[in-house]
Amino acid sequence: MLRAIQYIYVLRPVWAVLAALLVGAGLIAVAGVNPWDAYGALFGGAFLDYYGLASTLAKMSPILLAGLAVIVPLRVGLLNIGAEGQIYMGGLFSSMAALLLPEMSPYLQVPLCVLAGAVGGGFWGMIPGYLKAYRGVNEVIITILLNFIAINLVSYVAGGPMMQEGAPYPYSEEIREGLWLPYIMPQTDAHLGVLAGIVLCLAAWFVFRFTTVGFGLGMIGKNPTAATYAGIRVRRNVVAVMFVAGAIGGLAGTFEVLGLKHRLYHLFSPGYGFDGIVVAFLAQLSPLMAPIAAFFLSGLKVGGLIMQRAVGLESTVVEAIQGLVIIFVAVSLAFRFDRGNWRRFLERRRLLDAGLAQGVTNNSGGTS
Amino acid sequence: MSLLGDMSAWVDFFSTVLRLSIPIVFAALGGVLSERAGVFNVSLEGCILGGAFGAATGAYLTGTPVGGLLVGLLAAAAIGCILAGLAVSLGINQLVTGIAINILVLGLTSYLARLILGADATSTLPGFSPMAIPVLSSIPVIGPVLFNQDPLAYLMYLAVPLSFWFLYRTPWGLIVRAIGDYPIAADTVGVSVPAVRALCVIASCMLGGLGGCYLVLCQVFVFTENMSAGKGWIALAAVILGRWNPALVFAACIFFAFSEALQLRLQFNNPDVPYQLFSMVPFLASFVALVVFAGRVRPPGAIGIKYVRGGK
Amino acid sequence: MTAQGLRLEKITKTFGDFKALDGVDLTIAPASIHAILGENGAGKTTLMNILYGLYQPDGGRILLDGVPQRIASPRRAMDLGIGIIHQHLMLVETLTVVENVVLGLPGQGMRLSLDEHARRLATLADSFGFDVDPHQEVWKLPMGMRQRVEILKVLYRDARLIILDEPTSVLAPNEVEGFLQGLRRLRAAGKTVIFISHKLDEVAAVADRVTVLRRGAVSADLPIEGATPREMARMMVGRDVVLTTLEKASLKSDTVLVRARDLKARVTRGNQALKGVSFDIRAGEILGVAGVDGNGQAELAEVLTGLRPAEGGSVELAGEDITCTGVYERRHRLGISFVPEDRHGTGLVLDFPVYQNAMIRDFRESSFSSGPMLRTANAKAVTEDWVRRYDVRLQSVDQPIRFLSGGNQQKLIFAREVECRPRLLVIMQPCKGLDVGAIEAVHRTVLAERERGTAILYISTELEHILSVCDRVAVMCAGRITGIISPEEATAERVGALLGGLAEAEVA
Repeated sequence: MLRAIQYIYVLRPVWAVLAALLVGAGLIAVAGVNPWDAYGALFGGAFLDYYGLASTLAKMSPILLAGLAVIVPLRVGLLNIGAEGQIYMGGLFSSMAALLLPEMSPYLQVPLCVLAGAVGGGFWGMIPGYLKAYRGVNEVIITILLNFIAINLVSYVAGGPMMQEGAPYPYSEEIREGLWLPYIMPQTDAHLGVLAGIVLCLAAWFVFRFTTVGFGLGMIGKNPTAATYAGIRVRRNVVAVMFVAGAIGGLAGTFEVLGLKHRLYHLFSPGYGFDGIVVAFLAQLSPLMAPIAAFFLSGLKVGGLIMQRAVGLESTVVEAIQGLVIIFVAVSLAFRFDRGNWRRFLERRRLLDAGLAQGVTNNSGGTS
Repeated sequence: MSLLGDMSAWVDFFSTVLRLSIPIVFAALGGVLSERAGVFNVSLEGCILGGAFGAATGAYLTGTPVGGLLVGLLAAAAIGCILAGLAVSLGINQLVTGIAINILVLGLTSYLARLILGADATSTLPGFSPMAIPVLSSIPVIGPVLFNQDPLAYLMYLAVPLSFWFLYRTPWGLIVRAIGDYPIAADTVGVSVPAVRALCVIASCMLGGLGGCYLVLCQVFVFTENMSAGKGWIALAAVILGRWNPALVFAACIFFAFSEALQLRLQFNNPDVPYQLFSMVPFLASFVALVVFAGRVRPPGAIGIKYVRGGK
Repeated sequence: MTAQGLRLEKITKTFGDFKALDGVDLTIAPASIHAILGENGAGKTTLMNILYGLYQPDGGRILLDGVPQRIASPRRAMDLGIGIIHQHLMLVETLTVVENVVLGLPGQGMRLSLDEHARRLATLADSFGFDVDPHQEVWKLPMGMRQRVEILKVLYRDARLIILDEPTSVLAPNEVEGFLQGLRRLRAAGKTVIFISHKLDEVAAVADRVTVLRRGAVSADLPIEGATPREMARMMVGRDVVLTTLEKASLKSDTVLVRARDLKARVTRGNQALKGVSFDIRAGEILGVAGVDGNGQAELAEVLTGLRPAEGGSVELAGEDITCTGVYERRHRLGISFVPEDRHGTGLVLDFPVYQNAMIRDFRESSFSSGPMLRTANAKAVTEDWVRRYDVRLQSVDQPIRFLSGGNQQKLIFAREVECRPRLLVIMQPCKGLDVGAIEAVHRTVLAERERGTAILYISTELEHILSVCDRVAVMCAGRITGIISPEEATAERVGALLGGLAEAEVA
């Protein structure tokens, strides 16, 4: 019985997603389309079809990495809304490394491009980290403003200094094929980025779970005062974590450019950074769950387009559903066993446990 | 001759500043209200967008701007209810809730706009037209800039001193300020902290929605996806920069509107430079202003912290 | 004119399985000062919260002037003329005095007429002999003044019955006498005052009648003339209180291990909290720091442990100047341990399981990690060993520490801070909210550490504890040490005199 309640409780986000899909069905029905058909086209197209699945995986690369760029700092208590800007800076720096550096062996230049993208994004993430740690400026507003600055910066570069001669709208020269990321499914767009993302998720999980660095970071997230007391340099760690988060976001942009677009386009990310926030909440900040959440979300997006073609329904409904999902998940996470319930529950267990039943000191109701 | 030409250019420029400032001012006043009560209203962006969508729908369905205004305010109030329910009643992290609402509103308005406005999305909606105030509008420069505006602009002239008066000259304003700083003090004198916070949040969202109504009903007369375009965030920056004081916040909004008008002017005068370089200016200005000034201000004490009676 | 005043009949209140109040009867005469005495956790505050409408009683009834009343909310209590002064002052520091007073005042209409209220407030303050500037911002006022603002706040609402919850705990010693005078003036003006305290001399000085609460029940109710402080203390604790000095060997060594000279520090807001503090602690010595809360003790502990930078002065440990070292270095290289005052906020990460809380200070040391990798299995084994040896009662070391009782949490903190074999151990208010058994365990641990030759700084506001475990007692007041008394002279009378506010004779 208790086990069952526990499972229901732990799976709250899943119920929330189902509830959001149910409300989404209402939205679809409003448009006069059978929700069953629409969802059928959506999920069938995104997950059960070879090319659809490949598109889902291609979309999953930036979404997963952006999700990780939100998860990592959030476990340290920092809300990174700036993944979008970090993606753009990563794309900018890596395409500069690909197009402006003298041609060299791909074995040298690809790592250089990746490094440049990571450093670009990391630098962009470090700014709010520094301001938060040493100046006390709210990181949410700063990251948002930096997003707009980065988006416009990339648009400027792609439409100005790096614009291809005679291009109809702002984009750069094509990156030579030798620097492209390898594909993981033949004849499709699915590239290596998604695997890199999964590997990074595993690495993040490992760090948080098994290493002293992760332990210290987790402590900052749960109780920064205690972390200071424990001798952890909180400010320095905040800046470092935001650098790493930014670097992960930068990689999302890098892989998008090197793996899929092969050019620096203006507005090349349609809000992947914000999808990252959705992924983070769906995954409940677990790096292990992040790939599942990202897979689901990118499927939703790819499927939305397929659905639009199949049943003639606006694919923007998917964005509305995505908004519903995050609200419902947030609500579901607000429901907690309260402490009183827990205590009474444990008290009952304690009574069963004869050896421990005696001498339970009680200082609840700790008054005055 | 050139003097006259210059004059009309200045009038033009300052009218632009004013028109650009109005949505930000409304949203920022909303931000002041809710943050003074201790709730971070990150969903202002969504409120502007929701208000704009409501205004467009209302104007489209009723055929009158007043109908648009009402529906716009209603839509924003609905958003406010969601935020109040999640952030105040359920006590979910205020930032998370606000961002979730922004994402929801962005998706929902894009979808519903196509559904409701559909093919007519690009045709001009009914809106408010400028009303010149007799004597005042004939004052040179100031007259045409300030007193030949639409009703919502006049409403903004009122809203700034009104919110100042409310916060500092009424018992309710005192309660709001107390709740934002030390809610338990208000609780012990018999004020319901959640109720006051919820009301402030809803009113705050409606002010943000008013900004959206202005965009649709007085400025562009159409609804476009994501037409708030970061104005809500600029408003939040203005709240911090203006130190939670309506008068200073108004000044900060004018500063941002000025930088926006400046970038439009720069774009216009330098067609050979890609315009994106200039569109960055308002955001860059907010960023720099925040970095330079924000470190030294003291926000309301209880901001962002949910209130639970009895502590932990 | 029968049954004037306040009457409580058979009031009962339970929290979960804990009976906070168990059939409390209480009669309070009008225009009197009625003291309610009791130890921590005796139910005093619960009782007052019921009177103020914050809690509803599970049983019993409340009669005001003979009429049964249901006090559903603080608002209702105010309408009935009941006002409360909480232990932690409920003032918005950024607002002015008059703004705080009129906050939430019903019937103000649309306009906030501060000047008019300020005038009326000044008149009211004058009539009670309170000297308060209505337009001053609260954060600029000293604590005693703020408390008067709180009292004015309830008087301004025409309260007839004023409840004061541990009002002197925030006051500096020299403010206490003025405060007691204020209470007498309230009584003279016909107000009824309920005065909750555990300080016997204050009760003896000012009250007309005293009720003693013990474990949620009334253990005595008598006029003050019939009660000596010693008797009251016995009724409060339920046994004879004797000032015992715990059995301990004399100091083994004369080496000065810690030498603090002229330490200065500021609180975060900017006021100077330490104004030149100097002391020595020898190896195997417990130096007690007594004083009213908020006189610089917290800052002293933080400066010693590296959490707060010293603005001036120096600290030496075994001859080495450590003034500029950080928290980590002090903990690991220099061997400075710290049991902080705020268990939940500072000493523990409540969401972490017990074994992780055991390692938060030393997780980079070899028993908990090797290189970059945590040694979780080993950490659990170490924790289980501590749990056994320090008698921490729990189900499993994987349990979140949130669910342990305060005493068991404190035992774990002590295990963590002592097992690393410190040279200096700083302890701040270790017995706050603990029951007698846990307090004894804490003191045993402290004495064992003394035996091992650790220098110990024991900061507490509980004079009784300090006198029973410490070798010398330093008394702090307003950021200074007003006197350090050697073991022989550390009588209650001397310490009381140094604190300034306590009576000379009977200190239980």
